[in-house]
Amino acid sequence: MTTATRPAPAAAPTGRSALVLRRFLRNGSALTGAVVLVLLFLLAFLGPYLTPWSYSHIDYGALRSAPGPDHWWGTNRIGQDVFAQTVRGLQKSLIIGLLVAVLATGLASLVGACAGYFGGWTDRLLMFCVDLLLVFPSFLVIAIVSPRLRSGGWFAFVALLTVFAWMITARVVRSMTLSLKEREFVRAARYMGVGPFRIIWRHVLPNVASFLVIDATIQVGGAVMSETALSYFGFGVQPPDVSLGTLIASGTGAAITYPWMFFFAAGLLVVFVLAVNLVGDGLRDALDPTAEGAAR
Amino acid sequence: MSPLLDITSLDVDFGGEAAVRDVNLTLDRGEVLGLVGESGSGKSVTALSVLGLLPRNATARGSIRLDGTELLGAGERALTRIRGDRAAMVFQDPLSAFTPVHRIGDQIAEAVRAHRDIGREQARTRAVELLDLVGIPEPALRAKAFPHEFSGGMRQRAMIAMAMAGEPDLILADEPTTALDVTIQAQILDVLRTAQRETGAAVLLVSHDLGVIAGTADRVAVMRDGRIVEQGTAAEVFHRPREPYTRQLLAAVPRIDAPREPRPPTGGTVLKVRGLTRTFPVLKGTVVKRRTGTVYAVDGVDLDVRRGETLALVGESGSGKSTTLFELLELAAPEGGTVELFGQRLGSLTPAEAKALRRRVQIVFQDPMASLDPRMPVGDIIAEPLRTQGADRAAVARRVPELLTQVGLDPAHADRFPHQFSGGQRQRVGIARALSVAPELLVLDEPVSALDVSVQAGVLDLLRRLKEELGLAYLFVSHDLSVVRNIADRVSVVYLGRTVEAGPVDEVFARPRHPYTQALLSAVPLPDPERERERQRSRILLAGDPPSPTRRYDGCRFRTRCPLYVQLTVDEQKRCAHDVPGFEQDGAACHFPRARTVL
Repeated sequence: MTTATRPAPAAAPTGRSALVLRRFLRNGSALTGAVVLVLLFLLAFLGPYLTPWSYSHIDYGALRSAPGPDHWWGTNRIGQDVFAQTVRGLQKSLIIGLLVAVLATGLASLVGACAGYFGGWTDRLLMFCVDLLLVFPSFLVIAIVSPRLRSGGWFAFVALLTVFAWMITARVVRSMTLSLKEREFVRAARYMGVGPFRIIWRHVLPNVASFLVIDATIQVGGAVMSETALSYFGFGVQPPDVSLGTLIASGTGAAITYPWMFFFAAGLLVVFVLAVNLVGDGLRDALDPTAEGAAR
Repeated sequence: MSPLLDITSLDVDFGGEAAVRDVNLTLDRGEVLGLVGESGSGKSVTALSVLGLLPRNATARGSIRLDGTELLGAGERALTRIRGDRAAMVFQDPLSAFTPVHRIGDQIAEAVRAHRDIGREQARTRAVELLDLVGIPEPALRAKAFPHEFSGGMRQRAMIAMAMAGEPDLILADEPTTALDVTIQAQILDVLRTAQRETGAAVLLVSHDLGVIAGTADRVAVMRDGRIVEQGTAAEVFHRPREPYTRQLLAAVPRIDAPREPRPPTGGTVLKVRGLTRTFPVLKGTVVKRRTGTVYAVDGVDLDVRRGETLALVGESGSGKSTTLFELLELAAPEGGTVELFGQRLGSLTPAEAKALRRRVQIVFQDPMASLDPRMPVGDIIAEPLRTQGADRAAVARRVPELLTQVGLDPAHADRFPHQFSGGQRQRVGIARALSVAPELLVLDEPVSALDVSVQAGVLDLLRRLKEELGLAYLFVSHDLSVVRNIADRVSVVYLGRTVEAGPVDEVFARPRHPYTQALLSAVPLPDPERERERQRSRILLAGDPPSPTRRYDGCRFRTRCPLYVQLTVDEQKRCAHDVPGFEQDGAACHFPRARTVL
């Protein structure tokens, strides 16, 4: 090793976020996942303008009709257009799934990292809340509260789903933080005078990112499913409004006899979850410098 | 007579990658062969392949003959018969080599019974004899202890006792003293020599430490990148090395007896510590924690660092060196004693003052891999202290390439991650990070102890250069006295959390006054076979291990191991037992200081 004598180049060194983005963009399957997600959003939000039918309109002249030029994806039992319903449901499910996943994982990482990093009373108090929420019968609480939140619309519903989805993740993040806290690079940052929240943001969270990303991708599917379950029992998304979950639930019986009522909604859900997983894997590899296959 | 161990053209691959290439070694009965090399040179792999202890993904070719019996490719049963009986192994980490749930004595007795057809009782008696032989006090009592109740040095002794149990013809010692302190290392090497004498066994001693090899080995083989580059008697290899690599290696070793040029006088005081104490509670219970005791980790440390000066804080593991550093860097009020940084007393700082102080004091850690965030590009790591101090984007962008150049790294590598660098380069990154905010005092916590000698020399050179260029003051914590000699201007020795001697390095190393300092200095092995053997005869061997820091000691805390104490009269001993020896600046905390030359 010798001292480099040539003049330093003027170019600024690349920061972490730029590096992560670059690595993400180089990952083919992750990029595919992201493109598919964008296409799904386009379909969900532009789809309603492409068809003359609205999701609640009933076409008495075409009950259970197969896909055709009139109704692209067919109609259901009572003559509603499946395409219009599916894109409407997709809108709801995309937003609920992604938002719940992001919010729940965000909340979990914040609470878990703070509890682990600060320790002492902060830890005890936060973990008490976590345990309390864990023992609450979440379904019952949502059932009681959601009718009152109807005025708050879908966002209140998202918040409610989030509140009961983050606790276990938070516990895991806490225990990971406890071991990270003792690592020398965290100590180094502390002795440099870096503030505790900045340490959590810059050092703790990136080092638990792999877990968080995987957890969030699982949460997406979970959120869509729990929304379905709640809707089935009459909470959450209510008729005539639809979500992918309610569409699948009502179409299950007809899956063999009238497949279009079931498979369009189910297929889009599978594509959605798959795309999220691809993006998640790509993000994890981009964040982890030692990941195989994700060269600089 | 044919040699006892004959290794011819040994090749070892790990999953297709070459680890050892064309190694030829012979070892006669009663001979000690030192196998030396840096990490990754294949020295341990060579030793392990003798006993067929290579991991599954390794393939070995060539021939290893022990007393005419081919070992390579021999069946598991044949190897089991040879292990322990004909050849025994002493590992680096003795804790993992003992079963934690069985008593030490039983484990040794088991080894005895595995090789000799004797009764349980006799085997147990033999185990106690062996423990006595390796110098474990009260062997009958200690034989009933479990491995975790033994200290590192005691475990290594027990390990040697176990290796001797089968009266082997060959003892393979793989870095037997690397995990130990220097005074304990001297004890263990002594025991190893005793063991060799008692059993008449040949010893293959694997070590990275040229000093250890010089004092023990009759013949030396130097390995590099899986090949033996030089082989010969100890005197030949150390005094007339033929290969450039050997010469380079010998030149890179910091020597405790190296001449040094005097340093210019120094400036004002940067750090002043008086009577620093720090205790930790010993807690028991899971739900309700009870305090059952106290660890006196730091119990009276005094330090003075002046501008442009390097103060080395020296002590064995558990002596409270690192705790002292962390106490300083917390910038909080110390539990006891006073700390003044740049004339400001800790404990009365406002947050703004503390932040300003943080810029002036920076730290470099021991393990460069652990102290760099694995998920941050190196550029961001180096920029972190700058950002914390509120530097803007342009200043950061300008400074980072500058710093990388300053520590001898390529500025274009700023967007690489720590794992893409070698150990020495990572430590340079750590240094660059500390330098980024132009500190005045750099705290170095064993900065080179995790590095190979040649890399270590490079980092030490860098530190020396930076100090001259930037006028830094260093607080350099180390357990390696040769490195201290190499880089420090002044030295402060701590024992069991207390400063026992301080002064200019030349002064302290030439005429140490505290018996502990004398023992420490005398225990450091020299990479010079003749002088090292001569030193061994006059070596001050400390008895036992450092006592537990969980109790407070009346009087002098070193007296339980003090070689001077036993020579004193009864009245003088009384004084040692009751009065705590005082410590003045540049003095020794001893009631009866006698300067003694040990180098």
